[in-house]
Amino acid sequence: MKYDVCVIGGGPAGMAAALEARKNGSSVIILERDVKLGGILNQCIHNGFGLHYFKEELTGPEYASRFVKMVEETDIKVVLEAMVIGLTPDKVVTAVCPTEGVFTVEAKSVILAMGCRERTAGAIQMPGSRPAGIYTAGMAQRMMNIEGYRVGKKVVILGSGDIGLIMARRMTFEGAKVQMVLELMPYSSGLKRNIVQCLDDFDIPLHFAHTITRVVGKDRLEGLYYAEVGPDRKPKLETEKFVECDTLLLSVGLIPENDLISNVDIKMSPITTGAVVDEYRQTSIPGIFSCGNVLHVHDLVDNVSAEGTIAGEYASKYAKGELATSETSYKVNATNGVRYALPQSVYSGEGKVKVYFRVGDVFKNAKLIVKCGDEVIYSKKKMIFTPGEMESVELDKSKITGDIELSLEK
Amino acid sequence: MVKNITCINCPMGCALTVEVNGDEVKVSGNTCKRGEVYGKQEVTNPKRVVTSLVRIKDGAVVSCKTNQPINKSDIFKVLEELRHVEVTLPVRIGDVIIKDVLGTGADVVATANIG
Repeated sequence: MKYDVCVIGGGPAGMAAALEARKNGSSVIILERDVKLGGILNQCIHNGFGLHYFKEELTGPEYASRFVKMVEETDIKVVLEAMVIGLTPDKVVTAVCPTEGVFTVEAKSVILAMGCRERTAGAIQMPGSRPAGIYTAGMAQRMMNIEGYRVGKKVVILGSGDIGLIMARRMTFEGAKVQMVLELMPYSSGLKRNIVQCLDDFDIPLHFAHTITRVVGKDRLEGLYYAEVGPDRKPKLETEKFVECDTLLLSVGLIPENDLISNVDIKMSPITTGAVVDEYRQTSIPGIFSCGNVLHVHDLVDNVSAEGTIAGEYASKYAKGELATSETSYKVNATNGVRYALPQSVYSGEGKVKVYFRVGDVFKNAKLIVKCGDEVIYSKKKMIFTPGEMESVELDKSKITGDIELSLEK
Repeated sequence: MVKNITCINCPMGCALTVEVNGDEVKVSGNTCKRGEVYGKQEVTNPKRVVTSLVRIKDGAVVSCKTNQPINKSDIFKVLEELRHVEVTLPVRIGDVIIKDVLGTGADVVATANIG
């Protein structure tokens, strides 16, 4: 098969990218490994999606369906149950699916939109045995919301990320008793709204600076020991307590699923663990683009859709040979409280460019400063910056005449 | 009556103290106007959109929601109603599963397309 643009992944990032590439006149194929488009949105049955993008509050499946409908109204080729098993620097994509067997797509541009994966018990080296009843929060969410299983009756949740909080409410709604949520850090990476509406509403305790010291159980989980941690994040064993539970959900972080490009020499960011990209969301290999959670983990799907749109537009331009390469590229650096900024480089020119960033800790009454050389080209004071909320700034390109640097000033 | 709640309008998460004396509601601890409005609403008349699942006849589940916020105190009664409902395929987004559930004025509608 030959297409101008091949999109790997049919979630919110992939669908937005495909639609924009098609709108710009390219022939487009989407390869999706699940039985339907939509990605993880399909299992996020709670509401709160789309406030920015659609200006209304939707559930995950509703948000996804709007994009699915838009895709269906075009001639974008969609191959479902297609697992991509290979990608070469000259953009030959190898995939396998029940209807086609093993097949290849020769594309002019490739858009990576594979999303992210959850960290597991192994990834956090959780101490104790490995009985049944330990799930990542997203896996439990899928079992419950898509397959219709009751996952457990007495639950402890480790990690107060948004999926963990959402699952605390979901399990409570299905009749389970959620005993507590344990969070290693002294703050939550989840949204305040979720802490109030998923925990406080049901009197579920949230213990900050606590972690699991040992899980207990042979066949099925029987309970676990947990303890307070010190400033070094090591458990203080004298504070250890036991709690009975048959289910443990882990909401301990997400990792961009970039295994596919581990054999392709694409420059990666050690902080985001996604590719390093320019303003067009183009990776270090021209014509290969990246967007959504495979690039960096987002907290709002609205931002994922917006990023997919950027990747789609420029992937299409590249396929048509219209992507200018004569512009000067400037680095975007992050320092002093700013954990990372994305894109990692911008181009000289006219108009505006939006730079997204995340901070590394909670900062109250701080000021974001963007410098170009010694000159401050942007500053913004905010009452609070938190690691859980992705922020953005819109910069005037005319002011960018060299590498820029984002930092926080207290 | 005095209630301590967390404001949800922004990541600040101000700790609000809401005092209720008859018709008079006083909010303190907020750092902006939105906190005051939220504090009053949350103490006098808290409402939530409920999202959950209903069984599909001979199948798995389909997601659903109340199409408007309902009183927080009605959440578990509505969830109990949902346990006694079964839908037949196909289901489309917006299909009404229970009209005016328990007289709350809200309909329970499907939020996914299945079948």
